[in-house]
Amino acid sequence: MASELTIWLIILLPAAAFVINGVVVRWIPEFAVGPYRLTGKKSDLAGWLTAAAIGVSFALSFLALIKVVSDGAQQFEMHTWIAVGGVDIGFGIMLDQLTAIMLIVVSGVSFLVQVYGIGYMHGDDGYTRYFAYMALFTASMLGLVTARSVIQLFVFWELVGISSYLLIGFWLNRPTAAAAAKKAFLMTRFGDFGFLLAILYLYSNNPSWLDIHEMYGAIAGGMMAISVASWIALGFLLGAIGKSAQFPLHSWLPDAMEGPTSVSALIHSATMVTAGVFLVARFFPLFEHSDIMFLVTLVGAITAVFAASMALVADDIKRVLAYSTVSQLGYMMFALGVGAYGAAVFHLFTHAFFKAGLFLAAGSVHHAGGTFNMRYLGGLKDHMKITYWAMVIASLSLAGIIPLSGFWSKDEILAHAFHAGTPIGTVALVLGLLAALMTAFYMFRAVIMTFHGEFRGGGDKEREDIEASGEEAPEGLEHVHLGESPRTMIVPIALLAFLAIFIGFFTNPVFDLGVVNKHAFSTFVVERNVDVFVDHDAQVHAGSEPEFDALIAILSTILAVSGIVLAWRLLTKPGIVPIWVERTTNPLQTLFKRKYFIDELYEDLIVSRGFYSYLAMLIDRLDISGFDNVNVQLYRWTDRAGRALAKVQDGQVQTYGIVSVVGLIVAIVIFVVVAQ
Amino acid sequence: MSEFNGILTVTVFLPALAALVILLARPLNLEDRVIRWFAILSTVAAFILSLVVFLAYDRVVGGVQFIDHLNWLSAETIKSSYLLGVDGLSAPLVLLTGILGLAAAFASRNIELRVSEYFVWLLLLESAVMGVFVSLDLLLFFVFFEFEVIPMFMLISVWGSGRPRYSAMKFVLFTLAGGAFMFVGIFAVYLTGAVDSLTMVPVPELGIVGIADQIAGVDLIAPASLIFAFFLVAFAVKLPVWPLHNWLPDAHTDAPTAVSVMLAGVLLKMAGYGMIRINIGFFQETNGFTVHDAAGILSVVAAVSVVYGAIVTIRQTDMKRLIAYSSVSHMGFVLLGLTAIGGNTAATQHGGINGAALQMFTHGTITGLAFLVVGMAYDRTHTRHIPHLGGLWRRMPVIGIFFFVAGFASLGLPALSGFVSEIMVFLNAFPVWPWAASISAFGVVLAAGYVLWMIQRTFFGSKPPEGGIPDDKFEELTDAEPLDLIPILALTIPIFVVGIWPKTIVDVFKIGIEGILR
Repeated sequence: MASELTIWLIILLPAAAFVINGVVVRWIPEFAVGPYRLTGKKSDLAGWLTAAAIGVSFALSFLALIKVVSDGAQQFEMHTWIAVGGVDIGFGIMLDQLTAIMLIVVSGVSFLVQVYGIGYMHGDDGYTRYFAYMALFTASMLGLVTARSVIQLFVFWELVGISSYLLIGFWLNRPTAAAAAKKAFLMTRFGDFGFLLAILYLYSNNPSWLDIHEMYGAIAGGMMAISVASWIALGFLLGAIGKSAQFPLHSWLPDAMEGPTSVSALIHSATMVTAGVFLVARFFPLFEHSDIMFLVTLVGAITAVFAASMALVADDIKRVLAYSTVSQLGYMMFALGVGAYGAAVFHLFTHAFFKAGLFLAAGSVHHAGGTFNMRYLGGLKDHMKITYWAMVIASLSLAGIIPLSGFWSKDEILAHAFHAGTPIGTVALVLGLLAALMTAFYMFRAVIMTFHGEFRGGGDKEREDIEASGEEAPEGLEHVHLGESPRTMIVPIALLAFLAIFIGFFTNPVFDLGVVNKHAFSTFVVERNVDVFVDHDAQVHAGSEPEFDALIAILSTILAVSGIVLAWRLLTKPGIVPIWVERTTNPLQTLFKRKYFIDELYEDLIVSRGFYSYLAMLIDRLDISGFDNVNVQLYRWTDRAGRALAKVQDGQVQTYGIVSVVGLIVAIVIFVVVAQ
Repeated sequence: MSEFNGILTVTVFLPALAALVILLARPLNLEDRVIRWFAILSTVAAFILSLVVFLAYDRVVGGVQFIDHLNWLSAETIKSSYLLGVDGLSAPLVLLTGILGLAAAFASRNIELRVSEYFVWLLLLESAVMGVFVSLDLLLFFVFFEFEVIPMFMLISVWGSGRPRYSAMKFVLFTLAGGAFMFVGIFAVYLTGAVDSLTMVPVPELGIVGIADQIAGVDLIAPASLIFAFFLVAFAVKLPVWPLHNWLPDAHTDAPTAVSVMLAGVLLKMAGYGMIRINIGFFQETNGFTVHDAAGILSVVAAVSVVYGAIVTIRQTDMKRLIAYSSVSHMGFVLLGLTAIGGNTAATQHGGINGAALQMFTHGTITGLAFLVVGMAYDRTHTRHIPHLGGLWRRMPVIGIFFFVAGFASLGLPALSGFVSEIMVFLNAFPVWPWAASISAFGVVLAAGYVLWMIQRTFFGSKPPEGGIPDDKFEELTDAEPLDLIPILALTIPIFVVGIWPKTIVDVFKIGIEGILR
């Protein structure tokens, strides 16, 4: 059974792996393979250390899950961190159904990705550094999902952000990586500003609400005004939008693909970016109590379609997956917005596995083809059968084809939107269905471009072409060696694909399935979570699983299948998008490819021109020629006055004589004038 | 009654004594190496003493401890005496001075020019700052506060770079102008009939009542608001508060590394300390005007300092100048925390001032570290111009790691100390001044901007093709030497300790601030 220590160990084991890898292993000459290289000898020690620590965390997470299944949600005691004046910040563990699920997802996916990384990162100069950062990330994410205090949550939230920064900028001598890392951190921090203000507002209303458990109680007891809840929820939503890359703070995520592919698999698809969704789920009673649920729905639904549209035309397979991630996070968000708490968490759960699988498969493709650019790939299916089939299965799951896991979770979300019966629910449903069509198309476009048709030369050819056009080839283009990847990479991919097949239905079937009850997963996260849904109405509302709706299921399946067929018909012969399609849809393509010009708007127009070259320049100039100039002038006038006055006593007897004679004359004149 | 413990007198004057020895030994023409190590060892001794004072301060008893008391003249002639002691507010700052003094001395290992003089001034500087934090007598406080100007002037103008004379003179003029205001303020207090001792805090052991009690509810010889303003101006210049900050970027940019470390690390803190001890300490129950009345306007000034400072920081291209401007922004948080005094619950007031005090401590170590590692990088690259740098990580990863630590601590990353003090300031200032606190909180986003931008342009990426360091020189760049790690770790360890377990410092500050709030 899981005691409090067990939960702390889940967090502390990866943290210890970070410290040991970062402080000890990296500096032992024999193992040091980072930039501070003392010898060139490589060792896999760091990789196995991190993998083992996270493996144990994974095992302990099961204990936590068992505990929650048997005893229900529980809170552990708060330990004081700072207590001074009015501030009393404590750290404690909150172990509820949501936490238990998140622990499994985070540690489970992380463990597989670490094993994969041992092979994938082999020979990289920063091998030890990589595993130190990965361990830091995993520890932070596990800390985030177990936090009982809002401040504690914020602390780990920021630590997750820094891990992500370090991992995106992992290849730190690549300027693009450094820029992407900065962009990711800054944009999420902009969202965190909202989060921080919400915390301050929450605290100023009632300091004890920093304890999430107490906050739930206050909401259930009607102690929080709706307007207060709305403002706080708005701040949290802004934080969630930044972290989960929702519109309009989405543009950092595609750039974040500059990091190693295994990083993208873990952080920028399966776990970290779900932190925003987790945040809304964690404060779900607050959101339900507020007036801004419609905003959550709207942000999510718009993002789902918006991101999918950019995935339609992306040529880089990782970017396709990145946009797909943003789009799927949009699904989870709008699910929460329409009150489908269980469905949102369920989709987060299934998505984590198949999306991690897709990314790892993309890394495997790069291993063989030397590039992520699908225009230079193709025909790989005969060279790497396992990767191919894993990719197809995961894509089918993502597209929502029955009976794979993605179908069940996506269907539940759409059914909820359909049954919500509100105008905003209908909008979400329509946008969700549209996104389903697009998802199927872009995923199979990617599969066909990568694996079918003729091989188009891979990294070698791309390098040739780029250099022929007189530009410098970007780093990250490798030589082609067609063939399946090493076993440490293939096993995790196969496992994740395997999970993508059945994990959805077997955890959340639509009818009783022997040992598993109907809607077991959703029921588990919703109905038994008495803490989140202290409010009985909310519990009934969120817990009422709509019956499996044949209409929605058939509709979404038709859309998904037509997306796949469309991709097949268009692409299968030429292997890439035919010229006539490119030509007829040219303006749209440009719009999608240029990402709706959002980067230009934010980076060039707002930050670079508006802020840096205009506002900041003005203030900087004001500082020098305004404020500082006052000082300089003050000094200069004092100096001048001093010099002028100094002449009065320059010691020249002649001057004194002249002055006294002149003075005498002036005095006489005045006397004479005055006397008359 | 008299009491003389001795430990504080030794802690304060040990560096000065070492300076005197170096001076007297000049005719011996000792090797530079000997002088260097003698000076460094004396700062190590001062550090150990300051650590002893911090650890031995009895947190259960509280109050003023380690009292050293001597009368200058008979108490009737002059209301002032030689009185040293520490309370909860000053104990951590004494430790901070010890740490920074040690780091500054180690960072001066490579000074070649007029070595003995350099260390004489540096040691005198440490004594002066230490004296400020342990003086309980207002006049003594003033003497130490002003004395620090002389070593600073010499250190910047002789060993500085860029426009050292200009910057040193600017520093002196600003500080002395501020000091003049304080001097008038002290006179006003002194001449008030009800005041018979210039002791800043009550010392029951000696039967002394603090100034705050003596002037509570009494008519001063000038309006309380005016006297308050005089003290405030002196400290606002030093902190610095916008718009009195312009001396800081120049002084920092042109000062040698160790002096920048001292300036950012402890000199600015004398101002924050003075604000808490005098502006808040004295003026809570004065007639006609109290500090609470000034809190509103000061919160606006604080918010402007934070955001204005951060925006100007973003425009800087010189690494030291960039960090200097970021100090303006970060010291704005100190002032913001202090404005929580305007709140109507004791809990908020207490929390805000505590946050401000902690921000002083954390900023001292963080910015000290930033100047230290930038100085190390500059010693090697001979340029601080950001567009000329890039890709330094490849040549100096160890310096890079600590540059990261300083940068991320400065932008308020949790688990590092900056976060703790900033969140304490925000949590307590927000209920009192929601707008000022919200606007200041945006300074954290801006901080991420300038820190990450600087890291990206200097340590990440690759060397710029033009204008930068020549290729052969770049390949010869070396990383930190083992001895460099001593000052680096001296500053890094407190950043982690306070970040992870803030009680180490907060619990001591708490005692002092409880004593000051009425």
